[in-house]
Parts: sequence; C-alpha cells; structure tokens
Amino acid sequence: MNSPPLICATALAAERGLRPLFSNLSLSVNAGDALYLRGANGSGKTTLLRLLAGLTHAESGEIVRPQQVLYWGHASAVKDELTAHENLCLLCANESIPAAQISAALARCGLAGRSSVLARRLSAGQRRRVGLAWLTLSSAKLWLLDEPTTALDAQGHALLAEILNAHAQAGGAAIIATHSDIAGLKSAPQVLALST
Amino acid sequence: MKVNGPLAGIGWAFTRDLKLAWRNRGDVMLVPIFFFIVLMCFPLAIGAERSMLSRIGPGVVWVAALLSSLLAAHRIFAADFADGTLEQMALLDAPLSAITFGKMLAHWVSTALPVVVLSPVAALQYDLPPALIGLLALTLLIGTPIFSAITAAGAALTLGVRSGGALLGLLTLPLAAPVLIFGAGALAEARAGLPYDAYLAILGAGSMIALMALPFACAAAIKLALD
Repeated sequence: MNSPPLICATALAAERGLRPLFSNLSLSVNAGDALYLRGANGSGKTTLLRLLAGLTHAESGEIVRPQQVLYWGHASAVKDELTAHENLCLLCANESIPAAQISAALARCGLAGRSSVLARRLSAGQRRRVGLAWLTLSSAKLWLLDEPTTALDAQGHALLAEILNAHAQAGGAAIIATHSDIAGLKSAPQVLALST
Repeated sequence: MKVNGPLAGIGWAFTRDLKLAWRNRGDVMLVPIFFFIVLMCFPLAIGAERSMLSRIGPGVVWVAALLSSLLAAHRIFAADFADGTLEQMALLDAPLSAITFGKMLAHWVSTALPVVVLSPVAALQYDLPPALIGLLALTLLIGTPIFSAITAAGAALTLGVRSGGALLGLLTLPLAAPVLIFGAGALAEARAGLPYDAYLAILGAGSMIALMALPFACAAAIKLALD
C-alpha cells in the first residue's frame, strides 16, 4: 500500500465496430507485478492493450499510465530493408543507447552473427528476437506485450522469462496477452480473463 | 539517438526515411522514370510540331510532375502502417506531427527532387527557350513540396482503406489544381514577357503553408487510422 500502482484503469468500455467488447473493466498493476490477459480470439485482448498504450480511445473509463510505456504488438515493428542493428536503434528511439550496447543486446538474444543482416533475410522467430533485444534495453516501466511468445523457440521462451524476471526485479510491470503461460517466471502473474 | 522533442523527431524521421528510400532505391527510381516516360508520350501522340510542343511544354511537365507525385504517394505511410512501425512512432516522445513533417521532407527529397533535377532534360523535348527551362525547374522546386504535403495527407487519410490508391487520386488531384495553375501560369507569363514574380511568391507561400499545416492533418489522420 506504499506506492501507487504503475497503471490503473477504471470502468473501461470498448467496442469494435458496433459490437461491445467489454464494459466496466478495471485493472491495476503494481511495480514488480505481471498480469496475463486471457480470453478467446476476438475477446478484446489486443484492443485492451492498445487502449492501455494510448493508441486507441476508450468509449468510457479512465486510465492513469506512466509517461513511458513499451507496447509490442502483433506486428514485429521490424523493417525488412534495415539490418537487425538498425531496426533495434530505431525501436530504442526514446532512449539514447550506444551502438555497442545495441550489439550486446542482439548477441544476448541469439542474433550475434546476424546483426548486420537485412531483416528480410531473418526468420520470423529471429525478427521477434529483435523485439526481445528491445525489451532488454528499454527503460520503460510498463510493458504491454501482445502474444510475445509468437514464433519463439524453447530457448526464446526461456529468454523471455529471464527478461521478464529481470524487469520485475527492477520494479517494472508487464501486462501480457497470451494463450499459454510463460514457463520460468519467478512470481506467477495474476490473470484477467476477458469473456466474449 | 534520443527522440524527445519536435526537432529531434523531425531529424529522426527524416534520416530514417531517407535511409529506407536509399535501400528501396529500385522502387524510388520508378518515380522519375515514370515522369520521363509521360513526357515522352506527348510528343509521340501530338507530333513533332515545334511551336505546338513549345506552347504546351510547361503545362505538360507540371501535369507529369503531379502524376508522378501521386505514383509515389502511397508509399509514405502504408508500409510503416503494415509492419507496425507507424504505431511505434505514435508512441515516441516526439509529437507525431513532427515525425510526419520529417517523413514528408524525406519523401520530397527522395521522390520530387529527382523530378525537379530531371525536368530541364525532359523539357528539351519540348523546344523550350533556355530561360524558360531554368524557370520551369525553379517553379517545380518551389511548388512540388505542396504536392508532397497534399499527397501525404491523402495517404494518411486513406490508410487501411481498400483501393486506397484510387481514392487517394480523387482526394488529392482537386486540391493540387491551384498549384498547377500558378506553376504553369508563371511560365505562361514569362513567355509573354510579363512579370511572373507574383506567381512564384504565391507558390512559395503555398509551400510554406502546406508544409506547416498538413503535418498536423497527417498526424490526426494517422491517429484515426490506428484507433
């Protein structure tokens, strides 16, 4: 009860087209915590994440969010025409990070020999690993991750868990839309289930 | 690089898009090539009567510049929208209007500037006097930023719309008509030996207004498309 939650949303309502997705939805996530968003396809997980990121507007309700939020969506946000290194530099545009640190982050995420390869020649999993490297460099306290395990192999899953653990330890919070649990998290996340 | 203000945002977007244009130079080159081919078609269709070609030349070059700017327009936001980088730009600390301004400038440099540079060569086919060729390039230099700004706004408005390309043409061509009138008008006045500075001044003012106002329109349209 000492510090206020990192993000706090009250009485959110959203609709897609004319169909209401959810209404009167409230959530809050404290520093060091994580929250799983669960729900069937089309239940509004992505919409909720985009709402929390500030990309979409709610029909009603209020959101108090930190100044810097990292939103990693379905799309990898990786440009085909740029190398992994250049892509990561662009993703980290909110911070000033030296090139050596960018290379180190890529190496940590298993892209050591691939950092100067054009992203078009990377596999789907390797593109997602550019995003993992982005997570390791981000100083945003709140992460909003939409299906972060997509296209990742077992080692990638372990890496994601490791990154999330470090983030929680540093006082960060994460809201993760996912269908499967991420194995290896130190503290089990809370679950918010969206119904259709 | 830390992108935390309007100026940093403009510079970041400008260098990013120029780099992307350079990597996609095969695609970007299509714009000046298209411009050149359109200009080749008119003498072929109309015939090689010199006085006629010389008379229609400036107007034809301006229309070709407008059409080639349309050809390039869809690429300014669509690819970034599709791969998710546009939503990341919306989440940067810099205002989105600054980002769109930087993108607009880079778009002009990569697609309109080659057309401006090429226009004197293209104008040779129309038997224009040397003084008019110089003035033609100058009016294009001043006027094409308006095309880039208008088509960028159109591209932002048609993001995510099916058959956006055709709609983009319908939206932007009427708005670009005044530019065409003043651009070609300056050349008509010059040919008649009349003063044409007013035309240049109006084109310049139009460029300034378009470049200052339309980034905000683009940013608003992008936010709607992401919503």
